[in-house]
Amino acid sequence: MPISDGQSRGTPPRGLPTSNRRGALGRALTSLAGGALAFNLIMVLGLLLLLLWQGGAYFWPRDLAWFELADGRQVLGEIHEHRELRTTAASGAEPIYEVRLKTGNREPELGGQDFVWIREADIKRSERPHDAVLLERRSWGPFFGYPVAIRRGDGVIAEGRDGTFRKLEQLVPEKAEHFEKIRKLEKGEIGDVNYEIERLRLSRRKLSMSTDSSPDKARADAELQRATQVQESRFGALADRLRDERQSLEAEILVIESIDGRRKTMPVSEVVRAVRPNELSTAGKIGLYASRLWEFVSDEPRESNTEGGIFPAIFGTVLMVLLMSVIVVPLGVLAALYLREYAKQGPLVRAVRIAVNNLAGTPSIVFGVFGLGFFVYFLGGSIDRWFYSEHTSPVFGTGGILWASLTLALLTVPVVIVAAEEGLAAVPRAVREGSLALGATKWETLRKVVIPASSPAILTGMILAMGRAAGEVAPLMIVGMVKLAPDLPISLEWPFLHFERKFMHIGFHIYDVGFQSPNVEATKPLVSATALLLIVVVTILNLAAIRVRNRLRAKYATTGL
Amino acid sequence: MITQEQQKVMTKLPFGTESAPSERESATAADFLVADAHMEVRGLSLYYSESQALQGIDLRVPRGKITALIGPSGCGKSTLLRCFNRLNDLVDGVHIDGEILFDGQSLYGSEVDVNLLRKRVGMVFQKSNPFPKSIYENVAYGPRIHGTRSKASLDEMVEKSLRGAALWEEVKDRLDKSALGLSGGQQQRLCIARAIAVEPDVILFDEPCSALDPISTARIEELMTELKGRFTQIIVTHNMQQASRVSDTTAFLYLGRLIEYGVTETLFINPRKKQTEDYITGRFG
Ligand SMILES: Nc1ncnc2c1ncn2[C@@H]1O[C@H](COP(=O)(O)OP(=O)(O)O)[C@@H](O)[C@H]1O
Ligand SMILES: [Mg+2]
Repeated sequence: MPISDGQSRGTPPRGLPTSNRRGALGRALTSLAGGALAFNLIMVLGLLLLLLWQGGAYFWPRDLAWFELADGRQVLGEIHEHRELRTTAASGAEPIYEVRLKTGNREPELGGQDFVWIREADIKRSERPHDAVLLERRSWGPFFGYPVAIRRGDGVIAEGRDGTFRKLEQLVPEKAEHFEKIRKLEKGEIGDVNYEIERLRLSRRKLSMSTDSSPDKARADAELQRATQVQESRFGALADRLRDERQSLEAEILVIESIDGRRKTMPVSEVVRAVRPNELSTAGKIGLYASRLWEFVSDEPRESNTEGGIFPAIFGTVLMVLLMSVIVVPLGVLAALYLREYAKQGPLVRAVRIAVNNLAGTPSIVFGVFGLGFFVYFLGGSIDRWFYSEHTSPVFGTGGILWASLTLALLTVPVVIVAAEEGLAAVPRAVREGSLALGATKWETLRKVVIPASSPAILTGMILAMGRAAGEVAPLMIVGMVKLAPDLPISLEWPFLHFERKFMHIGFHIYDVGFQSPNVEATKPLVSATALLLIVVVTILNLAAIRVRNRLRAKYATTGL
Repeated sequence: MITQEQQKVMTKLPFGTESAPSERESATAADFLVADAHMEVRGLSLYYSESQALQGIDLRVPRGKITALIGPSGCGKSTLLRCFNRLNDLVDGVHIDGEILFDGQSLYGSEVDVNLLRKRVGMVFQKSNPFPKSIYENVAYGPRIHGTRSKASLDEMVEKSLRGAALWEEVKDRLDKSALGLSGGQQQRLCIARAIAVEPDVILFDEPCSALDPISTARIEELMTELKGRFTQIIVTHNMQQASRVSDTTAFLYLGRLIEYGVTETLFINPRKKQTEDYITGRFG
């Protein structure tokens, strides 16, 4: 600003200004920026704490409360909420409180309501009955009440509340083992035979589609038919065995009685866990908590994802992110190498850079649409036409984990390009010249000196890409992510990794459980727990990558030059 | 420490044995005669995209000796030095006239393999530039590039080169440690070891001691003297004492021209050109 400016304004013409307005503005901006940062940090921290609280509490065993109401009804369940009725707050009248009780027993025979609201004023008597039982079941969700008898065949093997519970505690682990054995039989041997039969069927189909009409063809077909018969008889034997096993699994029948006296029978094998929550010591509660947590991360979902674990979703997310990383890093590094080291710097390269950066800002669903059109329909369709023509349903021509990973790789490649370019630019010219002066070619110099030296920066790009990819849901919904995948994309059958298979994803699981399940209220805490798990998975992936990066940094540090 | 072999080399080739004193005195900048020229620069002019950096340089670099290039900053010393291993080729828009003969063969000929040329003409830079790798890998880098695979011969080459650069005793116990952990002087000697590992004929030094303390500088100078005879060495230096201490012949460049070239002693004691005298007496620089 010209000096004459102050003088033309007149007052005060000379001397030091008494207050520095520009300085004050600067200070205000500094504190504003600091405040904004603090605000952001608090928001993030608050979010984490909320998830930790809500998600973490989901697995903690609660006491079972028993109420006798004014109208003579009895209820039994877990208290989930205690609140003041909103309508009374404004009127100034005596406040009315109500509690939300989770009563479980979802099936119609037991009057299933799952949740009830009860006014505190209506409660005549309340108790925590020591012998009230919680059953976690394979279907219909939790049961609160009393197991009263166990029958086997025509005989009764346990009776009375205590006797039945003791017998149940003993039977449940046995049945769990048996259940696991049957599942192994289904997935293992029977799965193999099914796979073989399907393979033979496809081979016959392929044979019948070929134009060749020599006697060889007929002989080959007869051969295949014979093999199919062998497999089918094996299948029949296995199916018989499976039926027997199922019968023995369901030999014991449990009679349960709800608090209002309704009865129902079910196989003991339906019970996953039987506990008396009100009798549990703190150690017992911690044990139950740990066991539920373990089930959550290691088991498969039940009851349209609202019960059981989310292991397939964790697995799908991790595999998809790793696959994406394996694709995106070479892609991004090659692009960065070309842009930074080979292309002649000029308007064209600048334009490409701008385009790459804009790619990073494109809404992710657009990538999903592209992935569907290009990868799934075009590439996948072509692969099916060339290699899987005998299949009646598409193999690669439908969404799958490979296409999803490729789509996300496209989505995240700008991040890797930018990071890798920065890394390449940071390798001093002196080091490159040192290599060239020894007679190394440009490519040798890049491969042996420049790329290793910039590998920490490339890893940084990969870490950013992984974070982005693990959180993306929208584009995946149309290129292969599903609510429930029957099989993991990995198996013991060749080729072990099944890139064409559909997969589950934690992000989608959150949406599905929270907003698509029949019982949204019951799954609210599950949403928090799953979200928390997503954060944990992303954090673990990042920590692993950061560890690798730190190693590389120590190895290839270019500082000190 | 000086090995026997090196001592033999040193005593075998004392300075000035092949040119008579009378011949030296009669030499001029343009026609100073070198009996056995390893590199011969003929009418070399170099243009960067906007400016001319070298103008009509003629210079014969004697085999097995040390030639110093001196002159004020920006006079083209580095530019000239980097013509000997064609490192200037990497600069966009460079144009070169004239030629350099290396053992009688044109350096800038179209049939020359630049990578093989650089194997025969090594270079040590102003700032030590070891690769961010282990000491061993730094020295083994060149031999690997040029096709040595066997671990035994690599081991042997690394040891020989490190001994040659008088660094072996200091680093033999930490060959697998990062080269960046070495001191500045050690790093520079490592770069020399790296250069001699590919067994070049010529080594170029571009102000190799400008970032070093006096003791490290003395060690590098000692090393250069030891390497005399085995290699033809060309050194760019700012430091006139250094030039007079280590070199056999000295070329004085000024504003892209070769002003005077001669036997080092003569040039420093009895310069023929006024500009040379002004420069070496410190009247400008
Ligand atoms: N890469 C380059 N591009 C353009 N001009 C250059 C480049 N390198 C050096 N020059 C110019 O060439 C002249 C000689 O430089 P240089 O050989 O580095 O001098 P010295 O090593 O004697 O100090 C200087 O004027 C310098 O600015
Ligand atoms: Mg220079």
